[in-house]
Amino acid sequence: MSSRTRRRPDRRAGHAHDGRRMPRWQLLLRYLLLLAVLALTIGPFLWQLSTSLKGAGEDLYRYPPSLVPHEVTLGNYSGVARIIPVWDFALNSLKVALANVLTNCAGAALAGYALARMRFRGRRTALVVFLMAMLVPVESIMIAQFVTMRELQLNNTLLGVVLPGCIGAMNVLLMRNAFAGLPYEVEEAAYVDGAHAWQRFLRIALPSVRGTLAVVAIFAFMGAWDDFLWPLIVLSDQSKFTLTIGLNFLHGTFADNQRLVAAGTVIAVLPLIVLFACLQRSFFRGVGEGAVKG
Amino acid sequence: MKTATTPRGRDAGARSPATAPPPPSGPRKGSGIRPHLPSSPWLFLAPGLLVVTAFGLYPFLSTVTGSFTDARTLAPGRFVGGANYRELIHDAMFWTGLRNSLLYVLGVVPLLVVLPLLLAMLVRRQIPAITFFRAAFYTPVVASVVVVGLIWVWLLDDRGLINALLEGLGFGRVGFLSDPWLLLLSAMAVTVWKGLGYYMIIYLAALAGVPRELHEACAVDGAGAVRRFLTVTVPAVRSTMVLVAALSSVGAFKVFSEVYLMAGPTGGPGGEDTTLVMLVQQVGTGLSGRVGYASALSVVVFVLTLGLMLLVLRAHRTEDR
Repeated sequence: MSSRTRRRPDRRAGHAHDGRRMPRWQLLLRYLLLLAVLALTIGPFLWQLSTSLKGAGEDLYRYPPSLVPHEVTLGNYSGVARIIPVWDFALNSLKVALANVLTNCAGAALAGYALARMRFRGRRTALVVFLMAMLVPVESIMIAQFVTMRELQLNNTLLGVVLPGCIGAMNVLLMRNAFAGLPYEVEEAAYVDGAHAWQRFLRIALPSVRGTLAVVAIFAFMGAWDDFLWPLIVLSDQSKFTLTIGLNFLHGTFADNQRLVAAGTVIAVLPLIVLFACLQRSFFRGVGEGAVKG
Repeated sequence: MKTATTPRGRDAGARSPATAPPPPSGPRKGSGIRPHLPSSPWLFLAPGLLVVTAFGLYPFLSTVTGSFTDARTLAPGRFVGGANYRELIHDAMFWTGLRNSLLYVLGVVPLLVVLPLLLAMLVRRQIPAITFFRAAFYTPVVASVVVVGLIWVWLLDDRGLINALLEGLGFGRVGFLSDPWLLLLSAMAVTVWKGLGYYMIIYLAALAGVPRELHEACAVDGAGAVRRFLTVTVPAVRSTMVLVAALSSVGAFKVFSEVYLMAGPTGGPGGEDTTLVMLVQQVGTGLSGRVGYASALSVVVFVLTLGLMLLVLRAHRTEDR
């Protein structure tokens, strides 16, 4: 990379990698900026991790602050498990998140397929129902949902946490678009061969939209794992708490003990960071697809 | 919305000419893709329609009808006409909540429209390790708002890291979480911090569609980086900016968790930092919840959310002319 190779009219090269060569100083400046933003986005997480690893003997407030703990200890993690059943909370969160993934994938794929690939009276009406449901913000109907859950005697149950969002209208529309984007020929061939709708759906269409299905699954997991407002409303019994509600309780009750709160937050965030590290591509794809419809 | 960050937004009709010679919804009477059994499509649709109706549309209708009753959590309530709405107008907490939620929109949206765009330009080039940076900048999006809130509560604490650094640099400590106005600003900052990565990815997709030649032509004409940004990049991603403005303003108006965690369940001393959705939650839940009044508040949330979105989209359309 030399600073003399400025903008040559070689268009092909420029197109292929989206890269005119950058002067060295500009590249350096870019990395400095990247590192600054990195410190700003990741720094807070690291500080929390560091706090959770600092032992009781270490002064959290000392100056200058130290990111690296002097004596690393996992004591705060067992400590937080002693005052709140944090592993039960984690298990509840996991149950809610997995249930949300299953119902959303199955329900959205089925409905999306019917909307995209079947022709029948009332299809347009069905589509409008999903579109309207998408327009209603959850925050404006949560009180009515809470009343409904009470009537169904599902308040304060994990089922009550899962049910309202178990098939998201947006996911239905995402799946519909994915199915609509598939070429017709293959399904037509299967139709000619006598495959009925279920076979065409399961054997041919569904395997072709795995990418979108993965997006739905990931966002369903993340949405349920991270959700706060609805579980806060519907859950009242500590044994049913999910991690986010448990953390809020921990914060409200043991706010002074920063080490324990920090350990709790690390327990809550680590699984998602690992998931994200493994499945980055689908996360980013989901943002693009969701934004168009969102 | 004419924004197409990815080509997924198009429907089957739009792409049919490219795929199959006979249009799928065209004159294919009888043959083609048709349900085997007449009831079959409804079997496919049933779970989705049931959930969306029972837990989306029905609650919406019962929110609207409930807003004209004096229902409580344990009592169905009687019809009271517009009493809830009249009460709302004289409720100081309602105006505090409305003020805070609207201030939140004003504070958060401009930053979330501009900063992620700059960030997207920063991570746009395929330079070594850029995928790592992109992923790292997205991490706050992945974390739960509760985790994010608690992380910042600790950072902004009176004796937390930021105040320690401020003091070390010779400034005094700042009561980020004790002064009501500073707390609201801090919560906005946290919302922006958490949202940056999400909108960065949206902008990244939009920037990929900006033709390189435009930049080059502009550079040949001697335009500097700032000038090129304003005359080439901004117009090219303008519809994405509107999309981001719409999404972020709706999100900001419905803010709950950040303020709830930082100010406490009742919005700080005197409820000065209560937002509209916090008020709905306070009024409507619990055993003595005033469901009727909370429903009226919910209707206001709904109307203003929708209005905000239409306002943004309309501003875009008039700008087009």
